[in-house]
Amino acid sequence: MFKRIIALAVKEFLALLKDKKSRFVIIVPPLVQLFVFSYAATYDLNRVPYAVYNEDRGVAARNLLAGFQGSKNFRRVARIDRSGQIAPLIDRKQVLLVVHIGPQFSRDLALGRPAPLQLLVDGRNSNTAMLTLNYARDIVDHFNRRWSAAHQLAPPPVRLDIRAWFNPNLVSRWFIVPGIVGLLTLVVAIMVTSLSVAREREQGTFDQLLVTPLRPTEILIGKALPGFLIGLFEASLIMMAAVFWFAIPMRGRLLVLYLGLALFLLSVVGVGLMISSLSVTQQQGLLGAFLFTVPAIILSGFATPIANMPRAVQYLTLLNPLRYFMVVLRGVFLEGAPFSQLAHQLWPMALIGVTSLMLAGWLFRHRMY
Amino acid sequence: MTTSAARGGWRMRLRGLIRKEFRQIVRDPSSIAIAFLMPVALLLLFGYGISLDAEEVPVALVAPQPSAASASFTSAFYGSRYFAPRPMPDMAAAEAALMAGRVDGIIRLQGNFARRLEGGGSAPVQVIVNGVDANNARMISGYVQSTWANWLAQRAQAAGGELDMPVQVEPRIWFNGEMRSRNFLVPGLIAVIMTLIGALLTALVMAREWERGTMEALMVTPVAIREILLGKLIPYFVLGTGGMLLAVGMAVFLFDVPLRGSLWVLLICSSLFLLAALGMGLLISTIARNQFVAGQVAIIATFLPAFILSGFIFDIGSMPWALRGITHLIAARYFVAILQTVFLAGDVWPVILPNALALLLMAALFFGLVRRNSRKRLE
Repeated sequence: MFKRIIALAVKEFLALLKDKKSRFVIIVPPLVQLFVFSYAATYDLNRVPYAVYNEDRGVAARNLLAGFQGSKNFRRVARIDRSGQIAPLIDRKQVLLVVHIGPQFSRDLALGRPAPLQLLVDGRNSNTAMLTLNYARDIVDHFNRRWSAAHQLAPPPVRLDIRAWFNPNLVSRWFIVPGIVGLLTLVVAIMVTSLSVAREREQGTFDQLLVTPLRPTEILIGKALPGFLIGLFEASLIMMAAVFWFAIPMRGRLLVLYLGLALFLLSVVGVGLMISSLSVTQQQGLLGAFLFTVPAIILSGFATPIANMPRAVQYLTLLNPLRYFMVVLRGVFLEGAPFSQLAHQLWPMALIGVTSLMLAGWLFRHRMY
Repeated sequence: MTTSAARGGWRMRLRGLIRKEFRQIVRDPSSIAIAFLMPVALLLLFGYGISLDAEEVPVALVAPQPSAASASFTSAFYGSRYFAPRPMPDMAAAEAALMAGRVDGIIRLQGNFARRLEGGGSAPVQVIVNGVDANNARMISGYVQSTWANWLAQRAQAAGGELDMPVQVEPRIWFNGEMRSRNFLVPGLIAVIMTLIGALLTALVMAREWERGTMEALMVTPVAIREILLGKLIPYFVLGTGGMLLAVGMAVFLFDVPLRGSLWVLLICSSLFLLAALGMGLLISTIARNQFVAGQVAIIATFLPAFILSGFIFDIGSMPWALRGITHLIAARYFVAILQTVFLAGDVWPVILPNALALLLMAALFFGLVRRNSRKRLE
């Protein structure tokens, strides 16, 4: 039995890796994408282009603006002196922010009255707008504290002391790169499995396979092995790059991470084979691959939190293996989560894996036409 | 053969090819599913599903000695739609809840909160957020800060005075006053989904002809390669346009995204983008010549780049310069800029024209490459 499975697995590996183009597509783009995406995908803003509209000639206004100038998050691209110049700059996306200081600013401050500071933000991307505003608020807060101290004003009755755990500087790369490990592992495993049965169906060789002494279970294992092993190999490479190149802290135990990876690959390979054995042509297999991959990635909590989704969609994400693996990845990398904390993420992946593999095996024989 | 006959034949041959392609589409309904079912299903799922607006964030509230003063402060959080506070007896319980992911943050008042507040001093409030999701953590601390600032302002007003905050920020958010993340996510999603559809529709069609040997059959006919390509392009362009109209209709009528620009600008730019997306699919298909490889390339080269590098979610201006250069190769990047502007800001020509031109160039580039790589020649 093992000999038969190994023979089939070897044939599958050959089918994947013998073709030069196919070999290239499986190995190179995921690694390139790791680097490109890890540098690209960040919620941290830097060099936000802004313009200054300063109607005040006082020192206080200049001091406040110095705060913006000194911040690496902002980059001044224009200075304007008429309100009519604001709209074209924002409309054309030349600036994201216009800092407007009114003519009374320094006088109000000197008299101890609250001095308004207008911040005009391009809201086309509301997330960027919110972050820009938060950065600007930090600069204003800093100015306020200094001003209050210098003029012996009473501090506010309650002050906040905000701290972030696990990622004190809120570097979004720490959050994104472990996520990308999950994304690329999913894509590789789906790429390898989702067309494999469909191709044989289309070429008619699958019928031949079914009349060989190989039992469906053995075909299943033979078909699943390449996806599993290639996924394991590439995920290891990607995780090494995450730790050694991107310096993402690895606080938990590798064993827990690999257990999660193995179960995740089991579930993805299962889903991939299920899609493949459902489809009669490769076109359908490709469609199925996309119909699974795209929602699995968008609804995984990679870029937008699952907690923000409506309840019905949240329930739907329970079927998504990547959702669990994201928690495992981030838990092990950043929080150093032990096995006991992640057990709730592990068994659903095992369940999805076993169910989908069984379905795929059943479909081998029952989806004929 | 006279030239006029050749020209007439050109029309007839193209019509024949298009008819054949349409028949093939009808017989394997997966193309129709791609063009119409996919935009509807994905846009429904994602339009409702993804949001960057955190609401009712679970936070642990630790107030060891409740008093009128602490109750006034915490009520600001109970009253906010951004928070769902959970009272916790002590810090240990709150930390355990944070570790287990049951709460995203902790707000902790000191035991002497009331005394320090009334003594005219400054009472510290400790806020801890789970920084694993850095973006979410930043949002949450922003919400905490604005809740705190509102409370201070109300308190000062109640005391008949004004807030002793020297500079007061007055934010004005243009184009999206309520900061609805859906307003920018839905137009961005249209670009991502149409990238997929464009590529899926055409990624396999040329490879299929090669693989099945029908390409050789086509070669011995008088059909020119240009006609074969047009015959492939036109049917899928019609299908893709249908899907695009569906998606735009859903954005406006279902998701209430305001359409401030004009519809015809949107349609022209969408057609340009669709041409670029279909062209990319055809290019993949032509180069791979084998459905299996073409499928793999389509999976790896379309969705993730359009998702991450298009500026749909991640700000392109904040990427390192080398990556900003790479994003210029992604057609979705130009389309996202156009969609977000036409939907939310209006017909801002200085944004639309260069991006539309870039789409046109990309489409031309893809078709040029397809044309170069498909000769009537066997290997």
